[in-house]
Amino acid sequence: MSQRIKLDYLTRIEGHAHLVIERKAGKVTGCRLEVVETPRFFEALLQGRHYSDVATIVARVCGVCSISHTLASLMATEAALKIEVPPAAQLLRRLLSYGEIVQSHLLQLYFMAVPDYLGAASLFQLLDAQPELVRRALRLKRVGNRICEVIGGRPIHPVTTCLGGFSTKPEVGQLKQLRQELVASLPDLEATVELFAEFEYPQFSRQREAISLQANGRYPLHGSILTSSSGESCSVADYRTQIEEYLLPHSTAKLARSRSGSYMVGAQARVRNGAGHLSPMAKKVAEALQLEQSGNNPFENLKARLVEVIHCIEESLHVIDELLLHGMPRINSNSTPVVGGSGTAAVEAPRGLLFHRYEYAADGLLQQADCVIPTAQNLASIEADIQLLLPQLLDQPEELLRQQLEMLIRAYDPCLSCSTHLVKLDLA
Amino acid sequence: MKVKIGLFDFAGCEGCQLTVMNLEEELLQVLQLVEIVEFRELMSERAEQIEIAFVEGSICRPGDRERLQQIRDRSQILVALGSCADNGGVNALGSDRTPEVLRQQVYGSQLPHLYTETPQPLSAVVKVDYRIPGCPIDGREFLAVLQALLLKQQPELPSFAVCVECKLAEYPCSFDYGQVCLGPITRAGCRAICIDGGGHCRGCRGLIDNPRTSPYHRILEQYGLSIDEILDQYRTFNIGEQESGK
Repeated sequence: MSQRIKLDYLTRIEGHAHLVIERKAGKVTGCRLEVVETPRFFEALLQGRHYSDVATIVARVCGVCSISHTLASLMATEAALKIEVPPAAQLLRRLLSYGEIVQSHLLQLYFMAVPDYLGAASLFQLLDAQPELVRRALRLKRVGNRICEVIGGRPIHPVTTCLGGFSTKPEVGQLKQLRQELVASLPDLEATVELFAEFEYPQFSRQREAISLQANGRYPLHGSILTSSSGESCSVADYRTQIEEYLLPHSTAKLARSRSGSYMVGAQARVRNGAGHLSPMAKKVAEALQLEQSGNNPFENLKARLVEVIHCIEESLHVIDELLLHGMPRINSNSTPVVGGSGTAAVEAPRGLLFHRYEYAADGLLQQADCVIPTAQNLASIEADIQLLLPQLLDQPEELLRQQLEMLIRAYDPCLSCSTHLVKLDLA
Repeated sequence: MKVKIGLFDFAGCEGCQLTVMNLEEELLQVLQLVEIVEFRELMSERAEQIEIAFVEGSICRPGDRERLQQIRDRSQILVALGSCADNGGVNALGSDRTPEVLRQQVYGSQLPHLYTETPQPLSAVVKVDYRIPGCPIDGREFLAVLQALLLKQQPELPSFAVCVECKLAEYPCSFDYGQVCLGPITRAGCRAICIDGGGHCRGCRGLIDNPRTSPYHRILEQYGLSIDEILDQYRTFNIGEQESGK
């Protein structure tokens, strides 16, 4: 007897995906993620555009990580056009990235993961039963968005960022106010750690490679060296030697693989490769959550994400202090762009490594673009995990099977603000 | 009875739905008045009847048209959420090439499952009752439109230009920096946020109803800027409007 299990619209890769599982005589014979998102051809849309417009356009790839796309884009163009970025602007960019990670992670943790672990269909459903939980979720998400607002002008599609740094800087009063808000969020964060420490995470283990930016005296965020848990490293500019993109007939996302095959990017990969550089408070939280070190259980991604939230909040306080102490003498480049040439940049977006690579002609118009998004890199890893997890689940009731697979996929936080809870299980 | 609303999306970045989520504190108050009955990203429930549907994204595939029609059929009011839904937004940037060429440029050949059509606004497929422009939308404006609809009033968009908001806020004029700015002809409602951020207006909210183009030409001439420069700016978010001849 052959069975086909199809989970429709279960997660999204900037949109929509189905999971299809085929089994015969109790054995899994196939498992694939069908990415059915409408391709928007951004790399082609950028062709012929002037370098000053590229970041604004490419930010629109993703509303959830528009800051990461903006920064990766600006940095790739800055590398191509040899534009320097003054230190104060680099600090502001770090702060902006922290804000995005905080808001994205908290959205995932509270709006997508918490309902799974509390047995609800959505966080809204808990509004009556646990109003304080929902309020706390929104309060905390606000904190991340506030960082983005103060530094980037608004939470989605920032307006203050530009080539060479920033076109405007936050006022001292705004930074002080933001600092107070961050400190005031600590009790809510503590309550969040307590909440996530209570959850029972599914046991699962599969050896995997983790790739992230290399910690450069600091937890990886923006950088120029890629590092793998296998011990290899290379320059970001040579990412194509480590990572190969490929397409599958059932997917509209380009997938990526390393030389060893599937690999993982994102919070768990970063923690695995850079745990020593976490902030003191984040290290304590990692202990309190009993975050396992091997990085082989993708469900632990939730804990890693929460550890990063704490890290980003603590680091944000330090960055604000530094900005207040030293001021922001210069936030924009005063070098003249050297037009023409190519440049590559990578940033650690909330979901993992994000690459942008551009080639510019001598007239300043973009000729070629390549963008590799985190979720495309994680897809092969998700499929490999499902294949290993499935045989253990096939004897379980449908409901449990569906729930476990959804939880697994959500643990990766596929690139969209939120993972759906609408899953049709069709045991035809 | 709470008013039943739904949030839907097609090809887009989801930034507009996220902007609704980002209302945070106000969202809790909104939820006392409305019930979100369908929001695939956050909920498992699916609704048969929806009073107000907010739809983000552009229509690019035959399946999109069917799904949008189904949403239209079960909704009393349909609101286009953001540029992509309203006029095609950045999705329409490739309108100068066929979808086949775009596909070839990004994915190479031989991938029929990547079939798409030139991205279109919702209004190309169904009747759109109201629209909330912008890339992304402005959360305040979403609340204003929702409030009007809950009060059974006609939501109205500002009929004046971004320039007005900019001048009221006393931001320095972009033209003084030699920067082409679409503020004089773009619909207000964003509080000139990009100019506040040190940038210029790229026209993401679309044209005002009756743009006065001749004074605008004079501004361009005065600052030594060319029509091509302005069109280049205009093309970022408004290709769709040009194509459909709006």
